[in-house]
Amino acid sequence: MKPKHQRLLLALIAVVALVSAGLIAASALREEASYFYTPTTLAAANVEPGKAIRLGGMVQKGSILRAADGVSITFIVQDQARSQKVAYRGITPDLFVEGSGVVADGRLRPDGIFVAESLLAKHDENYVPKELADIDMTAAANTKNTISQ
Amino acid sequence: MHRFANPARFLRIAKPLTPALFWPGLMLTLIACIWGLFFTPTERLMGDTVKILFVHVPAAWLGMGGWTGIAIASIVQLVWRHPLAGVAARAIAVPGATFAAICLITGSIWGRPTWGTWWVWDGRLTSMLVLFFLYLGYIALSNASSEKGDTSRVAAVFGIIGAINIPIINRSVIWWESQHQKASITLSGSSIDSAYLAPLFVAVAGFSLLFGALVLMRMRAALAEMRIEARMRRMAEG
Repeated sequence: MKPKHQRLLLALIAVVALVSAGLIAASALREEASYFYTPTTLAAANVEPGKAIRLGGMVQKGSILRAADGVSITFIVQDQARSQKVAYRGITPDLFVEGSGVVADGRLRPDGIFVAESLLAKHDENYVPKELADIDMTAAANTKNTISQ
Repeated sequence: MHRFANPARFLRIAKPLTPALFWPGLMLTLIACIWGLFFTPTERLMGDTVKILFVHVPAAWLGMGGWTGIAIASIVQLVWRHPLAGVAARAIAVPGATFAAICLITGSIWGRPTWGTWWVWDGRLTSMLVLFFLYLGYIALSNASSEKGDTSRVAAVFGIIGAINIPIINRSVIWWESQHQKASITLSGSSIDSAYLAPLFVAVAGFSLLFGALVLMRMRAALAEMRIEARMRRMAEG
């Protein structure tokens, strides 16, 4: 192979790699932008049980219940209007806490409970040491007590 | 700028500058790692996994900064025909790709316990992966030239066009609904507690100095190779 042809071949490979990277990225982004159900749209959509879907919303405060086995949990995902009960078995992400957003992949059971196979939780842009967060909470609680007195 | 166009003059400056960047860089990186690992508090939600921050963020910034450097050097090469610019751009590529890879790997390790996934195809992660592929393409393209040390113009053009990805990475968390959180450190301030921010900046300084030292080493090696090549050619000619 002549050096010129070698260069041409390498340039072509580079172009093909670039274009396919772009195409994969674009299609993946479109997929990601594709829709997940919120409790409201899920209720309206009449999705048949057993079909793989994705559910997104906020974890309702005080709704996370851990079973005795330590790995099974149930919680309620809510949006502005409705809520949906979810069951999950496994290790939850660190950022999965009450009052924050969650996206769950899974299926509806015939009894209407959403069984999640995976949970995705999101981080906000704040990084706060644990001790500071605790102090903030106690301070807030103290303020509240003072006001109520 | 053409004062430094003479490789001999550049080498006279680069030789003492390399250790002057390398050793402080290594020291600061070690200090930041020890500080970050053992002397920072656990995070409210993420616990100890937050300590990946001190490697992940500097690696991400340098991965992006590296390509910015390639683009600037490529413009200088094409416009002013500066003989060292092409050498500099090529010297940045491998360290830049390495830091982009470190960013992707540490991000993935961080994502599993905190988000619940190793990878998602969101805007930030995808555009960072594209940056890594761009680096690989650039390295392949700049090595495609038959002559050692030859600074091809095709690679320079590729370096400039590829720079379009840098603002995309930066804006991705704003343009698209992404799994990755929005920027914590902006021009108007930081939402990272100072307990993490101080070692983070030490890490950024250390990584940057190391990056500079690596680039200088690679530039010197490239110039040495070019000299060997020139001497061989002269000897062959007679």
